[in-house]
Amino acid sequence: MSTLMNDWIDISPLDAIPQRGARLLRTIHGCVAVFRTAKDEVFALDNACPHKNGPLAEGIVHGSAVTCPLHNWVISLETGEVQGADEGQVATYPARVEDGRIWVEASRLRRRAVA
Amino acid sequence: MRQKLVVIGAGMASGRVLEHLLEQNPEAYDITIFNAEARGNYNRIMLSPVLSGDKTYAEIVTHDDDWYATNNITCRFGEHVVKIDRDAKQVVGQNGTVDYDKLLIATGSAPFIIPVQGKDLQGVITYRDLDDTNAMIEAAGKGGKAVVIGGGLLGLEAAAGLAERGMEVTVLHLMGHLMERQLDESAGFLLRRDLEQKGVTVMCGASTAAILGETHVEGVMLEDNTGLEADLVVMAVGIRPETRLANDAALDVNRGIEVNAQMQTSDPDVLAVGECVEFNGALFGLVAPLYDQAKVVAQTLLDQPAVFVSKELSTKLKVTGCDLFSAGDFAEGEGREDIVFRDPGRGVYRRLVLEDDCLIGAVMYGDTTDSNWFFGLIRDKTEVAEMRETLIFGPSFQGGSAADPLLAVAALPRDAEICGCNGICKGQIEDAIAAGAHDLGAVRAVTKASGSCGTCTGLVEQVLAVTLGDDFVLPTSQPVCGCTDMTHEDLRRMIKSQELKSMPAVWQACGWKTSCGCHVCRPALNYYLLADWPVEYHDDPQSRFVNERKHANIQKDGTFSVVPRMWGGITTPDELRAIADAADKFAVPTVKVTGGQRIDLLGVKGEDLPAIWDDLNKAGMVSGHAYSKGLRTVKTCVGTDHCRFGTQDSTGLGIKLEKALWGSWTPHKLKLGVSGCPRNCAEATCKDIGIVCVDSGFQISIGGAAGMDVRETELLCQVETEAEVMEVVMAMTQLFRENAKYLDRIYKWMAKVGLDWIKEQIDDLDNRTALAERFELSQSIYRKDPWAEHVKKADSYQTLGDLTLEAAE
Repeated sequence: MSTLMNDWIDISPLDAIPQRGARLLRTIHGCVAVFRTAKDEVFALDNACPHKNGPLAEGIVHGSAVTCPLHNWVISLETGEVQGADEGQVATYPARVEDGRIWVEASRLRRRAVA
Repeated sequence: MRQKLVVIGAGMASGRVLEHLLEQNPEAYDITIFNAEARGNYNRIMLSPVLSGDKTYAEIVTHDDDWYATNNITCRFGEHVVKIDRDAKQVVGQNGTVDYDKLLIATGSAPFIIPVQGKDLQGVITYRDLDDTNAMIEAAGKGGKAVVIGGGLLGLEAAAGLAERGMEVTVLHLMGHLMERQLDESAGFLLRRDLEQKGVTVMCGASTAAILGETHVEGVMLEDNTGLEADLVVMAVGIRPETRLANDAALDVNRGIEVNAQMQTSDPDVLAVGECVEFNGALFGLVAPLYDQAKVVAQTLLDQPAVFVSKELSTKLKVTGCDLFSAGDFAEGEGREDIVFRDPGRGVYRRLVLEDDCLIGAVMYGDTTDSNWFFGLIRDKTEVAEMRETLIFGPSFQGGSAADPLLAVAALPRDAEICGCNGICKGQIEDAIAAGAHDLGAVRAVTKASGSCGTCTGLVEQVLAVTLGDDFVLPTSQPVCGCTDMTHEDLRRMIKSQELKSMPAVWQACGWKTSCGCHVCRPALNYYLLADWPVEYHDDPQSRFVNERKHANIQKDGTFSVVPRMWGGITTPDELRAIADAADKFAVPTVKVTGGQRIDLLGVKGEDLPAIWDDLNKAGMVSGHAYSKGLRTVKTCVGTDHCRFGTQDSTGLGIKLEKALWGSWTPHKLKLGVSGCPRNCAEATCKDIGIVCVDSGFQISIGGAAGMDVRETELLCQVETEAEVMEVVMAMTQLFRENAKYLDRIYKWMAKVGLDWIKEQIDDLDNRTALAERFELSQSIYRKDPWAEHVKKADSYQTLGDLTLEAAE
């Protein structure tokens, strides 16, 4: 796994995503939502709420969390964990900002599912 | 040798005397208590909840049989005192004579009966004690009509209680507005409106000429010959001190039984307390001074020095669920200035009267949370020049500090009085909390704070919250969300008064607990800011729900629906062809005709949105805002163009309205309808704003609904010309935009502020014009097609990248 962690891809300029917004990345596992917070941190998560597969990229971003637009589940962008009284987990992928560009670690995104 | 104390009357004052006496020296007296009512002490202030059915008699008893027995008090309840023989030092009761060393007269007051014909008929009652209350409850059980004479506190409580119990109630009040001694005209008006919303009819300036009936009351005749039917008449015009026994005993009696500062009558062995006394020319009706008197009586009885001082009084009352407060002198006068605050959304009115840079009077209605602070300013004659600008917003707005509602309470000194009824200061409550009283019930049990009239309950809770911190959960009015303690109404007030024009400014000034809000508060804030500061504030798409951000309605499978606008429901073959072409080109699975007279293309993929919009734009169509908390549709019928019944050009008017209003954001969605005649084919009377054309003009009505709630609109006004319709509708929309809570439709908002208030705003022609102008200003920014704007940034609707392609390589 550690060797594969080097598969960082330059996705786009940071400004391609508005602050407190998100855009999609198409992958073989489905869409991944890349979020940008008010503090210009970026996070990459599966674009599906564990509740009813709501499109998280369309949700409202606040702090380092996003609220699913379908039924207001709140998901931590940092851990992918569902917050509050609801329970669930969204897969997350390493992402970072470097020189004004968004990078995502894609080793798990380009491989077929392992398990 | 114990002395003998006889008490005449078991009211709230004498009950308190006995408590103090027994607390300090239970051995001092053998006590006998007479009461004409066949029961002991109960909380008379709480008769109103008993009348309305919220409480039972058992719940308002302050001293039960056990208490009298435990304290060896001889009870002579249900027995009238015949006379006082001061020479023999005896009280003569119906069932026998009792000797006294000290006598306490606590006969209270008697209701004033206006001397009109018919006052003795059956069914004419007063409102003073439990028997009266029970009589009213019984009468209300039979239904029918009740007339309450007197629009003071008691009369209104009676009226509200009887209305609650299903009677049709009319209140007759002699003066020009209700509770004129406690309230000014504006607050009196709000009170009247609240009562009328509860179904009580109020007639002011109404003088009763006679009560009609053979044996039982049948009606009331007014001086102006108006006749009212009545099965029950409650006389609540006032009370006078009950002084008959004292008079007969040749004690000094003026309006009340005259007492000195030690509460002694002209006979030093005879004391008097409560509503029956007169001290320095003043009578006492509120419970706070009575309790002060009671303390003095107990001390005098125990030969301790004590002096009764009559204090500056404030009145804080709850009338039929409405909070009101008044203090000091609030009459208008030379050299006096008013600061007035009105928040019609919450039914809140505040008026401060200033003279020489000091606050000398205050009237508050609807929200009395800061009343203690204002009362303190009046009592202490604090100079208020420096905080004058924000004075009306209360203590938490002084010094630019965050608007934590608890700060005001936290800032109060220990000797600030919290419970006026029982004279309990903040310090005593804090001590009680320190000693282990950790909830309202415990504090009430230990200190009696909030145990009488209950209006200070909120304050006591706040003291608990301040003292206990996180261990106490304050039951506040519903805040917007977890990010703030503020209600929507507070927030709107802050945004306007503090001129907050950006989200960070709001978060800062209102002490947001999160860094950038949440999905609940951000959309509301975004709306409030753009509605109040259309020019200064820029709409934040990231604070909008997906539908408004994407200008399309998201469906459960993540696709979107696209609805082009059809002005007034009119379309053309060309438009229909363009819609059909778009549906083909983008493989739209479902094409549906909507209830708003247009066409919905359902199942469009997110990334196709800009392209389909572009095609529709090119055919001359714009967004129908079918997704917005804003103007949706103006539904019309064909009107005079084709219909043989049409009285006006309803289609043309509908199109004009839609063209004027489209693009505007409102607290919730806004749907209009224009019908060409009263047959109402456009179903205008279940819309948020409906216009029904008639021969003589246009009837404009508001507050309809046909969703989860179904409601018919209510008439706002009738006007003669289309130009007036346009102005009224724009003004009405702006009034709604400026005042309603986010996510309230017009009908919900109207239920809070009242149709009368809305009418007043719109009927005032200057105000109407100003509202319409403000609407037009906002529209100069928002009356544009969002689709065309978004087509320009079509890129942002595409994915950032496609890793599947790379994987395939």
